[in-house]
Amino acid sequence: MEPFVHLDAVALPIAQPNFDTDQILPARYLQKPRSDDFGNYLFRDLRYRADGTPNYAFALNSPAYRSARIVVAPENFACGSSREHAVWALYDYGVRVVIAASVGDIFASNAGKNGLLIILLPASQVAEMIGKLEAQPGLHVSVDLEAQTVATPDGVSHRFEIDAYQKRCLMEGLDELGYTLTQLDRIEAFERNYAY
Amino acid sequence: MNATNRASRTLLDKVWHEHHVLTREDGQSLLYVDSHFLQDGSAPAFEMLRQRGLKAHAPQRGFATPDHYVPTSSRDLESIADPEKRAMANALRDDSKSLGITFFGLDDIRQGIVHVVGPEQGLSRPGMLIVCGDSHTSTHGALGALAFGIGATEVAHVLATQTLWQRKPKALRIVLDGQLPAGVGAKDVILAIIAKIGAGGATGHVIEYAGPAITALSMEGRLTVCNMSIEAGGRAGMIAPDDTTFNYLAGRPFAPTGAQWDREVARWRALASDPDAPFDKRVSLDVSQLTPMVTWGNSPEDALAIDARVPDPATAPTGERRAAMQRSLDYMGLTPGMPLDGLKIDRAFIGSCTNGRIEDLKSAAAVVKGRKVAASVEAWVVPGSGLVKQEAEALGLDRIFKDAGFQWREAGCSMCLGTNGDTVAPGRRSASTTNRNFVGRQGPGSRTHLMSPAMVAAAALNGHLVDVRPMLAEGI
Repeated sequence: MEPFVHLDAVALPIAQPNFDTDQILPARYLQKPRSDDFGNYLFRDLRYRADGTPNYAFALNSPAYRSARIVVAPENFACGSSREHAVWALYDYGVRVVIAASVGDIFASNAGKNGLLIILLPASQVAEMIGKLEAQPGLHVSVDLEAQTVATPDGVSHRFEIDAYQKRCLMEGLDELGYTLTQLDRIEAFERNYAY
Repeated sequence: MNATNRASRTLLDKVWHEHHVLTREDGQSLLYVDSHFLQDGSAPAFEMLRQRGLKAHAPQRGFATPDHYVPTSSRDLESIADPEKRAMANALRDDSKSLGITFFGLDDIRQGIVHVVGPEQGLSRPGMLIVCGDSHTSTHGALGALAFGIGATEVAHVLATQTLWQRKPKALRIVLDGQLPAGVGAKDVILAIIAKIGAGGATGHVIEYAGPAITALSMEGRLTVCNMSIEAGGRAGMIAPDDTTFNYLAGRPFAPTGAQWDREVARWRALASDPDAPFDKRVSLDVSQLTPMVTWGNSPEDALAIDARVPDPATAPTGERRAAMQRSLDYMGLTPGMPLDGLKIDRAFIGSCTNGRIEDLKSAAAVVKGRKVAASVEAWVVPGSGLVKQEAEALGLDRIFKDAGFQWREAGCSMCLGTNGDTVAPGRRSASTTNRNFVGRQGPGSRTHLMSPAMVAAAALNGHLVDVRPMLAEGI
């Protein structure tokens, strides 16, 4: 994953609560190898009709939103399945930031391990942002991870909270497993004293 | 866990503490994993391990069984026509073998849905920390374990280190008071809970279910409740172990025996939350007036009593909710005010990690016995494991289902998410004992209504959604 510092990009509003991971990446693509471009499968059943033709009613198919690298959604975005493929689909498409009122716990964990930044904002701020993005398709949102701010071109800026470790992982592209492997002696010491 | 509130700890606190290896500078804990379950969706995680040239750190703690991609029409993997699906099922066998992980394949009666197999084998026990690359791992919390789903990168991390980094979730206690009325069961309880707190109501929390209605539930019922914790956003669901738990576990293949069993039971009894243990949030629900529940929309929170009517988006509290409801009604082919009772179905499905256990099949068979599936309905029973299937056949349940016109199939996840090709056709309506009614969950365009096994049985026989209780009252 590439280090993340700052991003100014088109934001796609998804004004649906409980937008589940089956909508982000339908289950029939779970058998595809990671070497595939999962961006092709992102929102598959919303972007395409059953006959394979594009569904122009879905915002991502409109030229204004096509280059979106930020997704903005209300509460419980990416609830449901543990499929990391949902994160891969967003990431491979080019999405680097999800701004939401809340997201599924497993999705949040998967996102952090793949360089996808999750920004949680109060529901009212998210609703206001979605309103602007729907009113002006193609509007940019600017994210500064170092300063922990997210801003729209009208000058409205919000500060967001993020776990310090998560922030470092994203900014430096840290590898968690690599770190844990340096702690193997502690794990083995635990195992020696562990009765179960 | 600091010493100051050691006197009053939750079940979660106690299990968390037992597995704590070390704390990172940001406050996250490295937790030791007792049982790591693997299924045939785990191929990407094994691949990550291979790419880094790593071996399994504690392969004896890994247990694998294929469930997502296996056929339910036969036990022959070579019968899977799609080479990618076949490769997923075969990869688990090969990867498990090369890492030294215990594997229950299709030629093994112990194969099944991993969340049915774990408890059934006694691999899921009180006080354990259990993970699996599947969100319904919350199921195992019914035995008093801390069990939750993880993604592929985390599966690789657990394989390589037998540990996982976690920030301690908040604790939510859901107390269920009262006694369940006849014909109302665990599935109705959990659907009612999700309807009450919402699909994101427990996000960031581990749920502990307690109260007389939980204590009175069988182990199978508790597994159903904990299974759907994730549908309320819960990281996990837990129930304090008691005699019901111990009676269920005693004699299971991987359960301890003899003096060790006695020592373990004594330890397990002490796991229950202390009476004054602190919870971040509390919810209570009286189940004595509960009726059979069915879902109408595309989120498990869209659950209503069977005698209710399809809701009107005009009554939604916000514009966003109104739009969401309208989208669901359009997708589900429903109009506001339509009675749920009487809604015609095309498919009936009894199975899954939610309701594929022996008690589920018994409760459905009690409704089905001596009756016939409606001519317009294709009805399936997919037992949760080979052993569930075997036990059901020993009880003659397979005959009851087959005589009524149900298909009696082999164990697997099957039509819950359709990854093996068992799907509902576009526009078709399904009465299903599964856990998710998401758009396209049972196949693109499929229309899923979630309900209990007895309610699916009743819908299959009548050809439409219907209250099962009068059928139970009529007797056999």
